[in-house]
Amino acid sequence: MSSVLENLVNQPYKHGFVTDIESDTAAKGLNEDTIRFISAKKKEPEWLLEFRLKAYRHWLTMTEPKWPNVKYPKIDFQDIIYYSAPKPKKLASMDEVDPELLKTFEKLGVPMNERAKLAGVAVDVIFDSVSVATTYKQKLAEVGIVFCSISEAVREHPELVRKYLGTVVPTGDNYYAALNSAVFTDGSFCYIPKGVKCPMELSTYFRINTESSGQFERTLIVAEEGSHVSYLEGCTAPKFDTNQLHAAVVELVALDDAEIKYSTVQNWYAGDENGVGGIYNFVTKRGLCKGRNSKISWTQVETGSAITWKYPSCVLLGDNSIGEFYSVALTNHHQQADTGTKMVHVGKNTRSRIISKGISAGVSNNSYRGLVKIGPRAEGARNFSQCDSMLVGSKCGANTFPYIQVQNNSAKVEHEATTSKIGEEQLFYFSSRGIGAEEAVSMIINGFCRDVFQQLPMEFAVEATKLLGLKLEGSVG
Amino acid sequence: MIRRDAKLLLEVKGLRAKVGGADIVKGLDLTVRAGEVHAIMGPNGSGKSTFAKALAGHPAYEVTAGTVIYEGRNLFEMAPEERARTGLFLGFQYPVEIPGVSNSAFLRLAYNTVQAARGKDELDPLEFDDHVRGKMKLLEMDPAFLDRSVNEGFSGGEKKRNEILQMALLEPRLAILDETDSGLDIDALRVVANGVNRLITPDNAVVLVTHYQRMLNYIVPDYVHVMESGRIVKTGGKALAEELEARGYNWVKEAA
Repeated sequence: MSSVLENLVNQPYKHGFVTDIESDTAAKGLNEDTIRFISAKKKEPEWLLEFRLKAYRHWLTMTEPKWPNVKYPKIDFQDIIYYSAPKPKKLASMDEVDPELLKTFEKLGVPMNERAKLAGVAVDVIFDSVSVATTYKQKLAEVGIVFCSISEAVREHPELVRKYLGTVVPTGDNYYAALNSAVFTDGSFCYIPKGVKCPMELSTYFRINTESSGQFERTLIVAEEGSHVSYLEGCTAPKFDTNQLHAAVVELVALDDAEIKYSTVQNWYAGDENGVGGIYNFVTKRGLCKGRNSKISWTQVETGSAITWKYPSCVLLGDNSIGEFYSVALTNHHQQADTGTKMVHVGKNTRSRIISKGISAGVSNNSYRGLVKIGPRAEGARNFSQCDSMLVGSKCGANTFPYIQVQNNSAKVEHEATTSKIGEEQLFYFSSRGIGAEEAVSMIINGFCRDVFQQLPMEFAVEATKLLGLKLEGSVG
Repeated sequence: MIRRDAKLLLEVKGLRAKVGGADIVKGLDLTVRAGEVHAIMGPNGSGKSTFAKALAGHPAYEVTAGTVIYEGRNLFEMAPEERARTGLFLGFQYPVEIPGVSNSAFLRLAYNTVQAARGKDELDPLEFDDHVRGKMKLLEMDPAFLDRSVNEGFSGGEKKRNEILQMALLEPRLAILDETDSGLDIDALRVVANGVNRLITPDNAVVLVTHYQRMLNYIVPDYVHVMESGRIVKTGGKALAEELEARGYNWVKEAA
């Protein structure tokens, strides 16, 4: 872009944000005015604007983390559009959803209509930062469950949002979480009242559309005493050449005897075979097992993004609480992933389980990074970790960085790790039985990932299986 | 069973193959007709296994010369999986372990792939379970092997039974069994050999690659070939195997 154009684009700041309030897209760049613009656009209460500004001011004092095992050019945070709304229209039913969007879902193998109806899944679609369709809300409301966009939650349930927002991931937690707290545009909010078992899987399909619009989603799930919810997050994006930054924050809060199961299948654009383009996925996901006997379980299948930097974690505060992390991370071509989890044991008899399966193909690099921390009060805490890596081909890399800190000597911590390689002999064995290389790899990989896939809801498991096969197409043979 | 008018299944002429840069098969000729049982014998390193793997299409085995016509087609124009789908079967000397992949899922995928290629019905998991259990019974195999990972932790004999189980499922036109007898105790050998015998029909053929003749006591060959330095140097009937057992391989070398 020429400097003349760049100046033109940056001009609105000179005139202040007020004149632009009718615009659907914020100008490129980030300053306090951008944040005020977003907040004003979303008609937010003062406390939320303050939350954002506090985060922004903190962010200014921070530097990008350099410790992940990934390489990428420096991000110009002034070259990002921080707010863009597709159409201000709110849709009442699925029928009103843009047919083009439905077509895209179709192509991605996510027949949303069907899926929503047949599977009884309520889908909250994020399309370029603003929710365009929310279904089954009525049905959920009958049992007192709130499932809506976070913007709507701010308007309809401000006391709940205010009580929990930023309590698990504080505004200054890390560089990208601070950025998200300052500029988040939308996301999902879910509240399960006391004793309610959510009657269906809650699902969100994220999708990034506008070129070079950063995505800053914010998700907050609160499970009251004795409640239970399973939440599905699926992500896909069409092909782009420009790198896109995605810095989401997900916060989960589980009170006494509550259980949250959070499953993700992530398939964002990973860049082309030469490593051009692709999403930068810098996500902060953390669950707080606040109550006694609470449980939070993360399951993720990460196949997309040029760079993945993601550590879904559990803080096990309540006595006897349980944290789980089941992960499959697949990288191909020039993809880089540095992903894992943190299990922070604070309460007594807390237990955690980590099953991580990393698959590297092409010239990709796949790292597991995990922290198991047993605090001084965590009597009888237990952890089991298993980190397995599989290499497809000989130009890729796999690393495991387990960190273990134990401050209570009654704790038990176990760590197991393996590395294997899909070999020529295995593939030949399959082909000598009539089975082609792609199918063979898919079968080997699915076998390798079985312990994780078993944790996924049925259809997600099917989708994940297909996805892995698709992602590895052409990487063997 | 030898019938001169039986269908020609395999015609190998002047085959040369190398592995790791070394020439191993050096001008091999072999003709196999439907209904025949061939035994290829020979000392270690004579090229028996290389020949078997080259036929099945192992990527590390490079064919440098010669022709192989399989069921009227140029074998080397077919991908390994295509060869398998059209009925070429290799029973491995050392079947590879595939951790995490359940044997039943693997067997069913192989079965259905080959069935589909032949325009026959595929079986769903329940139907297949019945089908495979029937075959396992013939081989005196414990159905528990279905739930284990492919070949993982199997003993040598169990792996060989699993190979013959696959042969029984895929019903090949031409089965090449590479040292299927090695690692089998005498009882297991009898069971496996009986399993193979049951699978021999007038329409298919079996090539047994073996170092010892003991398996030939159970599976009676129509032809016995002796391989030496990458070529077949002598061909005879069952009696040749017995002579080899008694006299060793050296006399053949000297005679050749």
